[in-house]
Amino acid sequence: MTTIDSSKEIQKNNSEVNETHEDFRMFGLITFLIADGMTFAGFFAAYLTYKAVNPLPDGAIYELELPIPTLNTILLLVSSATFHKAGKALLKDKNSDSQKWLFFTAFLGIIFLICQLFEYFHLPFGLTDNLFASTFYALTGFHGLHVTLGTLMILIIAWQSRINGGRLTSQNMFPLEAVELYWHFVDGIWVVLFIILYLL
Amino acid sequence: MTISIDPQKTNNESLQPKGWLRYFSFSLDHKVIGIQYLVCGFLFYLIGGTLASAIRIELASPMSDFMPRDVYNQVLTLHGTIMIFLWIVPVVNGAFGNYLIPFYVGARDMAFPRLNAVAFWLIPPSGLMLVASYFVEGAAQAGWTAYPPLSITTPQSGQIIWILSVLLLGGSSIFGGINFIATIIKLRRPGLKLMQLPMYCWAMLGTSLLVVLSTPVLAGTLILLSFDIIANTGFFNPVLGGNVVVYQHLFWFYSHPAVYIMVLPAFGLVSEILPVHARKPLFGYTTMVFSIMGIVVLGLVVWAHHMFTSGTPPWMRLFFTIATAFIAVPTGIKFFNWVATLWGGRISINSAMLFSCGFIINFVFGGITGVALAQVPFDIHVHDTYFVVAHFHYIVYGGTVFIIFSSIYHWFPKVAGKMLNEKLGILHFIITFIGFNLCFAPQHWLGLNGMPRRVAEYDPQFQFVNQISSLGALLMAISTIPFIINVFLSVRNGKNAGDNPWNALTPEWLTSSPPPVENWEGEAPLVEEPYGYGKEISEQK
Repeated sequence: MTTIDSSKEIQKNNSEVNETHEDFRMFGLITFLIADGMTFAGFFAAYLTYKAVNPLPDGAIYELELPIPTLNTILLLVSSATFHKAGKALLKDKNSDSQKWLFFTAFLGIIFLICQLFEYFHLPFGLTDNLFASTFYALTGFHGLHVTLGTLMILIIAWQSRINGGRLTSQNMFPLEAVELYWHFVDGIWVVLFIILYLL
Repeated sequence: MTISIDPQKTNNESLQPKGWLRYFSFSLDHKVIGIQYLVCGFLFYLIGGTLASAIRIELASPMSDFMPRDVYNQVLTLHGTIMIFLWIVPVVNGAFGNYLIPFYVGARDMAFPRLNAVAFWLIPPSGLMLVASYFVEGAAQAGWTAYPPLSITTPQSGQIIWILSVLLLGGSSIFGGINFIATIIKLRRPGLKLMQLPMYCWAMLGTSLLVVLSTPVLAGTLILLSFDIIANTGFFNPVLGGNVVVYQHLFWFYSHPAVYIMVLPAFGLVSEILPVHARKPLFGYTTMVFSIMGIVVLGLVVWAHHMFTSGTPPWMRLFFTIATAFIAVPTGIKFFNWVATLWGGRISINSAMLFSCGFIINFVFGGITGVALAQVPFDIHVHDTYFVVAHFHYIVYGGTVFIIFSSIYHWFPKVAGKMLNEKLGILHFIITFIGFNLCFAPQHWLGLNGMPRRVAEYDPQFQFVNQISSLGALLMAISTIPFIINVFLSVRNGKNAGDNPWNALTPEWLTSSPPPVENWEGEAPLVEEPYGYGKEISEQK
């Protein structure tokens, strides 16, 4: 096989005007989120099938307390709104406002996780008690993993939106938009999860 | 919003190793990544093939004398997993997709080059991990389907390594799928319409949709299975109140589309190869496109035909039988289109064409047995017998692997700039074709007469037919020798190919062989009629 000498290519690229193409990073992210959503769909399908065909042993507790998850739902929905606020602020070049909203969103995410842990510690069943318990922990745990990752990403972009030296500006909105879409996705999944797991 | 490509950055990325070394680097060039996929996949094919030979040696006699029974189970599990997840899926999607799709859409690279490289580099470690699991406590023994409760009760470490490795490979596959969808939909050259794309683009679009929609479900399932194994939960463990059939549903929701993930790209590739060597336009372009999309949609709703003996209720059997039978329609359309493409063409008999014709012949058998297996009464009779093994291998070896070889003969001149030796190629084809049919055709008979699959021992009355089958396997093993010799000889001393040895019209032939780093000197050509054969070449743009 002959070696490709790329030096000519480099020269040509340097002399040419910058090539441009459409930004399809968001498209890629949406495709990824569809895939991620399918993972949850698989879990939901498994859970619903179990509910339909696998009776729990006598005495198994599967009624869940509603206050904490309801609070969690509200927390996540509010955090979606505050994230949106952060985007609006950044669009108007108000970086410090944007940063405040982002930190607030991350704060809500952390509160969500703390509430979730609190619920875990106070539930009357453990991971291996019965099928319902296992599915409950698998579903909420997998979602909690998504919230954890989302919160970390929000903290990162909050750091990046600092005024001096931050990479997040109204010209470079993509990191914020991407994390925002991901966060809305995680919220949406939670709403479905809340309905299926707690209310149904 | 648009992204401007910083020339400085392009410069930095081009400062990567050159020559052979770049194939061992984290290269972002889609052509390098394509070859990495191909060579890596082929090495795993040799491993998987060795395991297959071991299986056939064992089955040459009715007793388990060549290896202990649990080793036999490990061998068949590794064989299936390696061949599917490390050879066919990465090669037919990753290798040819990466090499060809950017050419076909008129781009300089894939949409996400870095993600592309990550997707490839997930494969070698997970593959090595899988092979190495044999030396830990024994590899996984539950077959490539890893059905619980078998997968829960067999030794744990091998099964967990198997799960980890398949999860990584699934991730790699999803990243690849996202990349292909973005490249085909978003990165097309201005002026190139979707219905002008070469057929392989459509096949890869359909395949990638299946990958993105179904692979995550497998990932979720395997995570639950690993919980069952490690944390003692009971998702799929009947003893703890779980449900094994749920695993089967979730598993086949991925693994039936996986069959299309393996065979749809091959459909695309054969649609590229046939028109070139028959000098005729691809027959029925539009029907081909709709058939592919039809197969994608139907492919997602037929999974339970793998589970007719799993206590599926009658309505489910009825629905999945009918849905499966429907898949024969788009598949049949594609098949007749290929035959019609050949009809009256000026056919050149070369290795690429021979392997493609071999594909068509084998695929008829695989297709017919597929329709037969969709019928519940018949399926219950031959479930888990060698009939299924024969059917499956007719699709995946006789179909896809034949096309992989055909594609290698077809595109080798583009990749290496050298022609492959035709005599060795034809020898390769003849041995493969005879060996393959000798190996798998008798297995239909074995299955119909009740020889179960995945068992090291069998009734002595089947010995003679099994020995014929093993003889075929021996021929298949021998057949790779002329191929490997051919590739090594041709890379060194092959005839110079020139830019377009087949006088083909698809875009990858309109650049030099091997192509430059960013595919084209200057702007990408606009190919409006990729299959405009039968006209003078000069009439083409």
